[in-house]
Amino acid sequence: MASLRDIKTRINSTKKTSQITKAMEMTSAAKWNRGVMNAKSFVPYMEKIQEVTASIALGAGGVSHPMLTHRPIKKTGYIVITSDRGLAGAFNSNVIRNVHQAIQSRHKSNDEFAIIAIGRVGRDFFVKRGYNVVLDIVGINDQPSFQDINHITKTTVNMFSDGTFDELYVYYSHYISAISQEVTEKKLLPLTDLAGGSHKLTSYEFEPNAEEILEVLLPQYAESLIYGALLDSKASEHAARMTAMRNATDNAHELIRNLTLSYNRARQAAITQEITEIVGGAAALE
Amino acid sequence: MKTIKVSVVTPDGPVYESDVEMVSTKAKTGELGILPGHVPLVAPLEIGTVRLKKDGKTEFVAVSGGFLEVRSSEVTVLAQSAEKSEEIDVERALKAKERAEQRLNEQKSEHVDFKRAELALRRAVNRINTAEERK
Repeated sequence: MASLRDIKTRINSTKKTSQITKAMEMTSAAKWNRGVMNAKSFVPYMEKIQEVTASIALGAGGVSHPMLTHRPIKKTGYIVITSDRGLAGAFNSNVIRNVHQAIQSRHKSNDEFAIIAIGRVGRDFFVKRGYNVVLDIVGINDQPSFQDINHITKTTVNMFSDGTFDELYVYYSHYISAISQEVTEKKLLPLTDLAGGSHKLTSYEFEPNAEEILEVLLPQYAESLIYGALLDSKASEHAARMTAMRNATDNAHELIRNLTLSYNRARQAAITQEITEIVGGAAALE
Repeated sequence: MKTIKVSVVTPDGPVYESDVEMVSTKAKTGELGILPGHVPLVAPLEIGTVRLKKDGKTEFVAVSGGFLEVRSSEVTVLAQSAEKSEEIDVERALKAKERAEQRLNEQKSEHVDFKRAELALRRAVNRINTAEERK
């Protein structure tokens, strides 16, 4: 049995750990709130731009644009959104595992795909394994504004236009609730499921014409899809970290409870032993 | 007087929402004025000011590119960024203007960054102008 002092030390160190995890839980909770709000305030913009894009792309018959047409697939692009820091439970590993499996099952060689890694954890994983990472972005702040990530989305959309890849998927953790997030795969380019919404299509007049509007609108639409995924992922990240840290705190408390119990037992055993020794010593003298 | 519902939305959230009598702004093809009852229309916007006439007063919103969408009873401006004139940080815009000008002087015109600096300059100037228009 461990000595009294050993147990005491363990109790103290576990207490300190629980203080740290508790503090991390609270910071994550604050960030999570903001993250969810950001994701919510993005929804009206997304809905509007989707509506307009759908009306134009589907309404004006015969309009074609490189971003709407399927071309033979020589190379596939994957955007992988992870976090910069760990300690978020299975948040990062879930995303990475999903991408890894998808790549393993779809591609035979490294030349068939390219990875765009957002977040340090994902980047490190793919770089270490020698995957073809064409673009990586780390150090995005917790409340990214559209301007902050503008160059990322622009570069990515341009890569599709100049033929670096012929289709583009995004993998990220979709926020469902504080305790549940789901890894989601979304096909970004070429734009396909535009008719997704059931809303009525309006027939617009175009100024100057439909082609020129699509020229500006489609890249913007694709960019906002990426931004939306990033916001969603940020909300999930903080929710996952919050849950992970709450579990850690609970576990620490449980451990402290058990340790205190064995500390008290050990102390009591020591006292009992002392008494027995004294009684035994006194009996020997009689 | 008849009014039309206007909303200015950006990826960072809605910026402006109200019923106004007239919307005027600068589209890629030229100045554009929208009154209630306009036909459905979509037009890309320049970096510029959206002027909203309401109860005899005019409100200004600075927008950086984006779209104007008109339907039977509402106008939506989809912009990558937008600020109401009273919310513009003039000092920041002035600094951005200086930075952009400096960059423009340093670089050759075929450079990619040149275009970015030029756009940044236009955005900054637009913000300053919009903020001043209110006074």
